[in-house]
Amino acid sequence: MSILVNKDTKVLVQGLTGKTGTFHTEQALAYHGTKMVAGIHPKKGGETWTAGEGAKEASGTELPIFTSVAEAKDRTQANASVIYVPPAGAGAAIMEAIEAEIPLIVCITEGIPVADMVKVKARLETSNSRLIGPNCPGVLTPDECKIGIMPGNIFKKGSVGILSRSGTLTYEAVFQTTNEGLGQTTAVGIGGDPVKGTEFIEMLEMFLADDATESIIMIGEIGGQAEEDAAQFLKDEAKKGRKKPVVGFIAGRTAPPGRTMGHAGAVITGGKGGAEDKIAAMEDAGITVSPSPAQLGSTLARKLKG
Amino acid sequence: MNIHEYQAKALLKGYGAPVAEGVPIFSADEARDAAAKLPGPLFVVKSQIHAGGRGKGKFTELGEGSKGGVRLAKSVDEVEANAREMLGNTLVTKQTGPAGKQVNRLYIEDGADIDRELYLSLLVDRTVGRPAFVVSTEGGMDIETVAAETPDKILTRAIDPSTGVGDEDVAALSDALKLEGAAREDAKTLFPALYKAFVEKDMALLEVNPLIVMENGHLRVLDAKVSFDGNALFRHDDVKELRDTSEEDEKEIEASKYDLAYVALDGNIGCMVNGAGLAMATMDIIKLYGAEPANFLDVGGGASKEKVTAAFKIITADPSVKGILVNIFGGIMRCDVIAEGVIAAVKEVGLQVPLVVRLEGTNVEIGKKIIDESGLNVISADDLDDAAKKIVAAVQS
Repeated sequence: MSILVNKDTKVLVQGLTGKTGTFHTEQALAYHGTKMVAGIHPKKGGETWTAGEGAKEASGTELPIFTSVAEAKDRTQANASVIYVPPAGAGAAIMEAIEAEIPLIVCITEGIPVADMVKVKARLETSNSRLIGPNCPGVLTPDECKIGIMPGNIFKKGSVGILSRSGTLTYEAVFQTTNEGLGQTTAVGIGGDPVKGTEFIEMLEMFLADDATESIIMIGEIGGQAEEDAAQFLKDEAKKGRKKPVVGFIAGRTAPPGRTMGHAGAVITGGKGGAEDKIAAMEDAGITVSPSPAQLGSTLARKLKG
Repeated sequence: MNIHEYQAKALLKGYGAPVAEGVPIFSADEARDAAAKLPGPLFVVKSQIHAGGRGKGKFTELGEGSKGGVRLAKSVDEVEANAREMLGNTLVTKQTGPAGKQVNRLYIEDGADIDRELYLSLLVDRTVGRPAFVVSTEGGMDIETVAAETPDKILTRAIDPSTGVGDEDVAALSDALKLEGAAREDAKTLFPALYKAFVEKDMALLEVNPLIVMENGHLRVLDAKVSFDGNALFRHDDVKELRDTSEEDEKEIEASKYDLAYVALDGNIGCMVNGAGLAMATMDIIKLYGAEPANFLDVGGGASKEKVTAAFKIITADPSVKGILVNIFGGIMRCDVIAEGVIAAVKEVGLQVPLVVRLEGTNVEIGKKIIDESGLNVISADDLDDAAKKIVAAVQS
């Protein structure tokens, strides 16, 4: 089992015809034949996209281009869409996917204006879609489906659910759990923006419900209070008897207040969003917080051995 | 992106917000003419720097007993005398750090008779994903202090972006601020106007501290701090023109030209990392092993050799850097590209300090080979712990 995506997920690509979209679509095809089914381009409908060498054994794969998400969904029965559209148009691209009632929308784009995400967030509330991201590395279920930009070669099918606000720290957690022999059920990057489609809690709920997921690594960073909310959620669920071992990490212990640290959402403002508060809340909820990002896998392995 | 108080007030005035009359000046010779344009008899001479705490700040050159960065003047002569004392000198406030900031602009403003000082700000409340007003009757002081000491005196009210500021929002905010009479009437136009400015101009923060009730009962924006969402500047050419690069760190300006996320810090270990989370974690681990990072630097997910070279040059240009840690987890970023960029940069600018490189992920073997065969004195590390220990040891030896 897994969460969000599996071998049956059919994926559209908004922004397929650009350099980034092409590169990552080839990589996805090369990764255990992820079912990429079509691309969207308002002016290139009717054309065909052909995978190059990057797709390895899937090179030469042809994908149809449609002018709209709605048409593409209708013709391909796609149930997910990945967005590589540049920031100025990415908000509108997400909106289009929501209007077309795509169940899972994954937006990789970094640098979308917050105001655009405010509109998206309001629209999501009355929709049937789930948005992962933006400014995220995507979602990957080992050996089945790769949506986004995570490097597939570091994954191994296994038992750890991984969720993170950071891309490269997701890779650290994946790589280390692979080296420990634990492997992953699914890895989800929820993104580094302040306003995003999905927060930790919703993903934790899915990982708790997923039988194959035996433990969880959750990686947060400074800014906001999503980690505190997630810790409270885990604490409340544990009281109901729903509990899995969780190892955590918070990036930004040394970040100065008031400065945005790369991710738009990684900023301590008004004395709130600092690392120490988050770590304290997580430890209080029974999460083992690793002081070093190099010890996520080993910390989890030790915790599982009891 | 931050702007000066006088720019923020001009912008808000355009939306109908009540602000005092004022004139920005760039040299003391302009002071008399500026003051003469104002009604008087009371004037305020305000230092224009991108940092708060100006009133309680001190000028380094003027000594402990001197007046602060915001001064009252009772005549045109006093305005000029103060301007001569303030311009060109270095103002140190609790937000500038000990180095302070040079005051290159002053804002000469008409004085106001203050009855009450209030706090108002607008920002995006990330927990609900909506713009929100934050108001308090405790104006004129740090909202952080109010939040810590008397959190019950702060009201946060999120606004539905599909409807904007409604009558109920205005009433709730006015109640929280205990507004009555003329001030309550003023609020009915002011609050929607501020919201409109916030949304239309893609602001990240609009802070009015204090918002005052004057002795005549009306509201006035006495101070204004505005910062904009850097990701939305592409659609606001007028806002881009307000940028004052003399307020920014030179290294950060250089980094922004290459689309590198860079923040200058106080330590002595320069860092080059891919990914914001990993870059923060790298800073943290340097601290964990007993040293301090000189910077945050995220080269991004798809950096070119040129970008890596530029990043390396920015790091080495910082005289406080006594060692460099390159930490790359190549996903999309290929380790061989990083290795080539580092080698190219070292060949161009030289290497005066220890360099530890940790590569992992895509094409790691090729990357390591490139570095090993370069003949450069680079210390290789196996993982992040190992890398941090090695660079800290190298700097402290």
